[in-house]
Parts: sequence; structure tokens; C-alpha cells
Amino acid sequence: MKFQFDSLADFMHMDGHGVFVWTAYGLVYGILIYLTVSPLIQKKNFLKQQKKWQQIQKDSSNL
Amino acid sequence: MNWQWFHRLGSPRWFYEKTTVWLPWLMLSAWGLLLIGGIWGLGFAPEDVKQRNSFRILYIHAPVAYISMSCYYIMAISGAVGLIWKMKLPFMVMKACAPIGLGLTIVVLATGSIWGKPTWGTWWEWDARLTSYLILSFLYLGAIALQQAFQNRDTADKASAILALVGTVNIPIIYKSVDWWYTLHQPATLKIVGKSTIDPSMLYPLFVMIIGFYLFFTLVLILHTRTEILRRESRTQWVKELVLANNSGKGEGASS
Repeated sequence: MKFQFDSLADFMHMDGHGVFVWTAYGLVYGILIYLTVSPLIQKKNFLKQQKKWQQIQKDSSNL
Repeated sequence: MNWQWFHRLGSPRWFYEKTTVWLPWLMLSAWGLLLIGGIWGLGFAPEDVKQRNSFRILYIHAPVAYISMSCYYIMAISGAVGLIWKMKLPFMVMKACAPIGLGLTIVVLATGSIWGKPTWGTWWEWDARLTSYLILSFLYLGAIALQQAFQNRDTADKASAILALVGTVNIPIIYKSVDWWYTLHQPATLKIVGKSTIDPSMLYPLFVMIIGFYLFFTLVLILHTRTEILRRESRTQWVKELVLANNSGKGEGASS
């Protein structure tokens, strides 16, 4: 198994197909990252919001 | 027969606790394989004689297309299980499938279009495969819209489950479209029955990507289902305790 390109510039250019290949890969990995990170952010926000709720309920029961 | 396992499978809390242990491993293996396979496909797989370097898009296009269709089956099957046994968890899985599936179909349509330009000379053609696949992305969109259209959660779940079940007709059509209507899209490269039309040096990275993408799909489906579980179970004692435990640890890995 060997690297198929002579130089980094060659790797980026890919005989003129580089634009297509790199755009496609960039898009895919972008969406993969989004699909992985978005539920984690939502979960964090949920926990923050619930914490506030619990605080409010505690405060109101102390009154 | 002991059906305890089946009922346990329907418990959101059981699912949430089990998957907490699995997640780090899934995250590591899925992303590890996706990175290895991606680099292999981009730089080390040999160039295709006809399609030249643009064929490298195969490594991201085909595996995502497989999982986007598997995702639809899982959405429909969990919808059916939810309807028949009136279990909570399957409906949550079903709801989690829709945005993932939509994201994946967008990826497949976009990469296919980008691949089509240098290979076919066009971004889009009303070819049988492309058209039936576009319908798949509309079905996911419909499932998301239905979930949001109803105030009542039960009604929303039932309506989406029925839509998902009806839409399954489309999957075999997508799969067979390249054989039934031989227009533009190339026939399948990998065949379950018969010999595949691809050289091993190009096949191995494809295998790595397929396994990587299936692990990835399992990972994100679990992540999205867990968020949905927390939302729907927010009034239960165990979620309240989870929130409390997470606060006392100040977010220092108290729970992932």
C-alpha cells in the first residue's frame, strides 16, 4: 500500500478532481460532526434548564 | 418463554443506563474507523481507470447511502413495535431516526451530485435511482414535520409511525431501481449474491468505511435517543436524580 500522490499539491489537486473530492469529503465530515455534537449540546442545555427548574421549585417551597 | 428481556428493552431508563457504558467505546471505534477509512480512500486507494480520482467519493457516498436506508427500516420497525406493543422507547428511537436520516440523505444527494458533475457531466438528472432517493429524503422530512404538527405526543408518534410504515415501499424501489430502469446511475458495486465488481485494493478501504459508518449510525442513534429520553422522562425520579448528580459534579464527567 503506497501513497498515490507525488506531493501535497498533487494530493489537493487530484488531476482537476480535487475540488469535487475535497468538497464532498468536507461536507460529509461536517455533517457527521454535527450529528455527533448536536445531541450532546442539547443534553447539556437540558440539564442546565432542569437544574434551574429544580432550583426554582426548591426556592418556592422554602418560602 | 421468558419475556423479561423484551420488557426491559422497552424501558427508557434501562436503555439510558446501559448505553452510558457503551458510548465511549462506540465513539472511539466509529470515529477511529471513519478517519482511517477516509484517509485510506483519499490517499492510498489506487485511482480508478475510468473515473480517475473522482471515484474516491464512492467511499463516503455508498456507505452513507446504505445506512440512510437502514435508518429508514429502523424508523419503520420501531414505529410498528411502538404501535403494536404500546411501548415508550421504540417511539423515542423512531423520533430520533428522522433527523439523522434527513442529514444522511442530504449527504448522499450532495455527494452524488458532486460526483455526477465530473463523471456524468451533470449535477442532477431525473434518473430512477436519484428520484426514488429524493423521495426518501422527503419521507424523513415528512416524519419530522408530522412530529411537530401535533400538540399531543401520542398522536404525533402514531401518525409518524404510520407514515414511516407506508414509506417502506420506497426502499426496495430505491434498491432495485438501478436494475429495473437502467438509466444513468451505475449498478451496485458490492453484491450479496455473485461476484463484486471491485478490486481488493479498492474494496478494503470501502469495508472499513462501511463498518465505520454502521458504528457511527449506532452511535448517533443512541445519542439522539438519549436526548429524547431525557426530554420525555424529565418528570421521572431517575432523571431528576441524574440532573442532581450532574450538578454536584459541576459537569466534571459526572455523566456523559
